[in-house]
Amino acid sequence: MSATTLTSAVVAGAQVPSIGVPADASVQYLLRLADTMLILTQRLSEWCGHAPVLEEDIALTNMALDLIGQARAVLTLAGQRVADVTGGAVLDEDQLAFLRDERDYRNPTLVELPNGLAGRPDFAFTVLRNLVVSTWLLAMWQHLADSSNEELAGIAGKAVKEARYHQQHAADWVVRLGDGTAESARRTQQALDRLWRYVPELFEDDAVDDAAVESGLGPASSQLKAACEAALLAVLAEAQLTVPAPSTFRSTGRRGVHSEHMGFLLAEMQHLPRSFPGGAW
Amino acid sequence: MCGAELHTRTQAAWAVLAEVPDPEVPAISVCDLGIVRDVEMAHDGQLTVVLTPTYSGCPATEVITESVLAALDAAGLGPALVRMQRAPAWTTDWISPAGRDKLRAYGIAPPGPVGGEVRVPMHLVGGLAQSAARSVDVRLGSLGAAPASALACPRCDSTNTERLSAFGSTACKALYRCLSCREPFEHFKPI
Repeated sequence: MSATTLTSAVVAGAQVPSIGVPADASVQYLLRLADTMLILTQRLSEWCGHAPVLEEDIALTNMALDLIGQARAVLTLAGQRVADVTGGAVLDEDQLAFLRDERDYRNPTLVELPNGLAGRPDFAFTVLRNLVVSTWLLAMWQHLADSSNEELAGIAGKAVKEARYHQQHAADWVVRLGDGTAESARRTQQALDRLWRYVPELFEDDAVDDAAVESGLGPASSQLKAACEAALLAVLAEAQLTVPAPSTFRSTGRRGVHSEHMGFLLAEMQHLPRSFPGGAW
Repeated sequence: MCGAELHTRTQAAWAVLAEVPDPEVPAISVCDLGIVRDVEMAHDGQLTVVLTPTYSGCPATEVITESVLAALDAAGLGPALVRMQRAPAWTTDWISPAGRDKLRAYGIAPPGPVGGEVRVPMHLVGGLAQSAARSVDVRLGSLGAAPASALACPRCDSTNTERLSAFGSTACKALYRCLSCREPFEHFKPI
């Protein structure tokens, strides 16, 4: 809590070993959810001080704050679950957020993509991605409010209300840009063409989903598809955007196989806690 | 301790909490804000204050916990404990009538009833998808347009107001301006 705390915690050249996470399906399910919010937060926070206008700078960081709060709660739950299934120690939110290796992050690839195209931050890409993710999260939280896990249901009861505001904000901007000027329409369409191929991953089921349905922890990914697609297509139509043809490409972030962007993102995100283990202020 | 004494201590704790300001909106107390769920008293007189967080990522949560504990200590009621309880989720409907008056006097338009706003939030998922597209204000965007249930300016009471941004200086507020008195103001969003 003071400057000396940080100083005393610093060990020159210290190496912080990475932590592994068990393959248990419930842990993996919770990490998929938490990592989706954690990694999107990291991307949204890159806009802090750089958004097109002050109001949007504040809006994006406000939403990042909601997401990090939700991620913390779910990571804490996942860390307790780790102890339950291994009989070992509880992992805390910071260990899970900062000390895993790339392959142990379970977010869909979509959220780790850079904020723009070809190295240039792009607001259209950002709000389109926010639309997809907030729509998915809203559907997810609505299901999770009935989770057999009371803690998760409680987190969902709060988060569902926040997700509505996030979706509203993103939808407003997608319509405004897509149905805006020729230039804003061109760039929004370009952004949609780029990200649409990463959307199917959000609705693909595997054994983790099966186990979650079995235990009542939460819905299978495929259960969110119909509602999300209807909502997304409604907004995209209103925005006068053309939905790209389905792609055979499949992203695999939720299985731990990430894009080339993930390592750079983690390097930035993990640098401080890895360099100053136990650091606090 | 006897029952009557415990009861007095609980009442004293509530009185103390009614004076603990919210760190982000100091015009109102944590009780006005509706985040104090309960004050529990163990047989040995140990107090536990049950709080409900406002937003998942509210950065004031830790400060509120510290302020509550410090205030109870100062009143000789400590050492107390704080327990966070997520469910049922906090809603702006729990802000007290007195709290709403204090917000307005402080320059913040208080929230209307949750679900009472005409177009915010947009329920795209969950059964209302068909009307979803219509609820998006297309040409103006809702960013510039006032919701149909125009909000009254907390300074001059005019309903000739417009929303500048859905997100303000804190997660719980939106940014508005009054077109009559030309003053900007914040609105505590219903959630």
